[in-house]
Amino acid sequence: MSKIVKHGITRRGVLGAAVGAAAGSGALTGFPTIWAQNIKDIEIKHAGQPVTVLAAIGEQATKDLGFKVTMQASESADLLNRYLSQSANVDVGDVSLPYMKYLIGRNILQTISVSKFKQWDATLSLFTKSVYSDGRPASTQGIAPYTVLYATDAAGSKFASAPTEFLNGVPTITNADTLGIRPDLTGRPITSWKDLIDPQFKGKAALQDNPTVGVIDVAMAVEARGDVKYGNKGNMTKAEIDKTIELMTEIKKSGQFRSFWGSFDQSVNLMASGEVVIQSMWSPAVTAVRSRGIPCVFQPLKEGYRGWGYMLGFMKHLTGLKLDCAYEYLNWYTSGFAGAVVAREGYYSAQPMNAKKFLTANEWDYWYGGKPAAEDIHDPFGRLMEKAGRARDGGSFDERMGNIAVWNSVMDEDRYLTRRWNEFISA
Amino acid sequence: MDASPAEMARLAGQRPPRPRRRLPPWAISWIQVSPLALILFVLFAAPTGLFAVVSFFDYDRVGIYPAFLLDNYKDLFTTPATWRIYVSSLRFAVIVWAITLFLGFNIAQFLVFHVRTARVRILLFMLCAIPFWTSAIIRTIAWIPFLGRNGAFNTMLMELHLASHPLDFLLFSDFSVILTYVHLYTLLMIGPIANSLSKIDPALLEAARDSGASRFQILRWIVIPLARTGIALGSILVFTQVMGDYFVVKRMSGGQSASIVSALSTEIQAMQYPPASANAVVLVVFVAILVGLMMRVVDVRKELVS
Repeated sequence: MSKIVKHGITRRGVLGAAVGAAAGSGALTGFPTIWAQNIKDIEIKHAGQPVTVLAAIGEQATKDLGFKVTMQASESADLLNRYLSQSANVDVGDVSLPYMKYLIGRNILQTISVSKFKQWDATLSLFTKSVYSDGRPASTQGIAPYTVLYATDAAGSKFASAPTEFLNGVPTITNADTLGIRPDLTGRPITSWKDLIDPQFKGKAALQDNPTVGVIDVAMAVEARGDVKYGNKGNMTKAEIDKTIELMTEIKKSGQFRSFWGSFDQSVNLMASGEVVIQSMWSPAVTAVRSRGIPCVFQPLKEGYRGWGYMLGFMKHLTGLKLDCAYEYLNWYTSGFAGAVVAREGYYSAQPMNAKKFLTANEWDYWYGGKPAAEDIHDPFGRLMEKAGRARDGGSFDERMGNIAVWNSVMDEDRYLTRRWNEFISA
Repeated sequence: MDASPAEMARLAGQRPPRPRRRLPPWAISWIQVSPLALILFVLFAAPTGLFAVVSFFDYDRVGIYPAFLLDNYKDLFTTPATWRIYVSSLRFAVIVWAITLFLGFNIAQFLVFHVRTARVRILLFMLCAIPFWTSAIIRTIAWIPFLGRNGAFNTMLMELHLASHPLDFLLFSDFSVILTYVHLYTLLMIGPIANSLSKIDPALLEAARDSGASRFQILRWIVIPLARTGIALGSILVFTQVMGDYFVVKRMSGGQSASIVSALSTEIQAMQYPPASANAVVLVVFVAILVGLMMRVVDVRKELVS
């Protein structure tokens, strides 16, 4: 196994080139709108996942806005813990949709006013109205973005079931996950989630070692096989959890799973070394395998994708000038530069038309259009992602984000699920 | 030490000694133990007390609520997973203990009794110790590419035509977990045992030999009884390491075996602190009882003083 993929080693140097290209487009105008003399002493601390709070974004924001923006990276559970226990040390934070359930009603976040958020109209209707861009209603299984977006009042004490003026956070990043496969080793086309539990791949399948995601992936598989019919895979009843864990335990005991992975690099290494030929995976992990010259596909499946999303939330302690700066940053963050950076990692911006302004036509066509790349595609750090001629797995934005079967979730019965998951792992 | 002559003269008692108020003996004892007591209190007793208290709290997704509930313990003891992970951790601990004891005792004995020159002995000790300068995490992960399906060892077997297909049990199995534990913890056994053995007077062994004792009898009746302290200390170290492990079992079993701490970690990841605390309390009590039993076999304190 070769080296573990680590972001950020040559980040600054290489991103400079991308930034230069973007700035050349002339889109960076109109910032900042606060002209107070003292904003240069303000520092906005943006916390989030290591893959998305890239230092280059903070540096560009600092340059464009006139106050300092620093990025702070933590992995998911640590991140949530920081919000829960030390939210005073964070100003704005990326919150995954399910984690909103942990934060609302605890006096940690303050609401964002729709009228002060300038990119509202550019934001995906999938988030704001729960409909796909062609008007079809989106899946509501799991924690759908729409259900955690609005607050009932300015204090943000409860989720609102219909649109209001108050947002718990602003949608920023989203994507559709599916199974990663090794097409050279599966020996046949993979078309359905049920292939994850096909005995043909005994000892060669893997799952993410996380109760919520792992259980949902297996639920997709057992439902596709016709074993169970769920009301809501993202929010199972106790009986559904029991049934799923029972099936999972059976599958585990048959020796189906080679491993459960807990981190990005583990999933990459399992796949690259050939230990595993089919597994739950993240889009950048698939690319990381492929960048080693090993065939790996983020396989679209007929049952649809497992969707996820992030929102940018404001911490309660922000007031006055600092709050104004946070709004400035929010409006900047959603205006395209950051969306273009994460697009180059394979994530979608929740304001895609803004990101388009900062992407080359080739990048836009590849990442969002699903078209074969006209020239080589590079990641935010300048490394080769894809050779010219290849198209993105799963096709265009609408094909991928328009086919969400279930959203990442935290279930009402999560207490029970954790318990049963521990039983499953120890079985 | 480098006092000037004037100082010396003064110290030599030209002035009558001032009557000094002496602290009562109990106060002196307290002052003497206070640094350690403080460290133990702040870093051990207080956190332990805290999670013991939290283990009785109520919780939901939004928070934890002070209460005195036994539910967390009830859940813990009625879940089949609890019994399974304790049995599984104990099984790992006993197997690893037996292997490391066998290896550790023999290696220590070889180093102390059979290596003749001190220089070679130090060299060999260094060889044992140097791998421990790298982190346990690296030493764990390093096994993965070696043992994998297409890893170095399987490739070698295939090249040498010793196997027709890769051996899957080498990685992500109980085998790989035990192998890694043994690799990580054997030194913990070697150290204390070698220390005990080096205190044995060679004259004793010679006397036994002169009196006609066989090698086995010497081992059984002299060496092992005198190495008891080292064996007990090594056993405690290995046992507590395995029982409290999280990383090795998770990585080397590919997440397919659970340890007590990995179950606890799943609860923490799900923000369920009270049941995680209850789990921790039970683990601490359990390990304390085991260590207590080992201490009964050997009075480590007495042995260390002598």
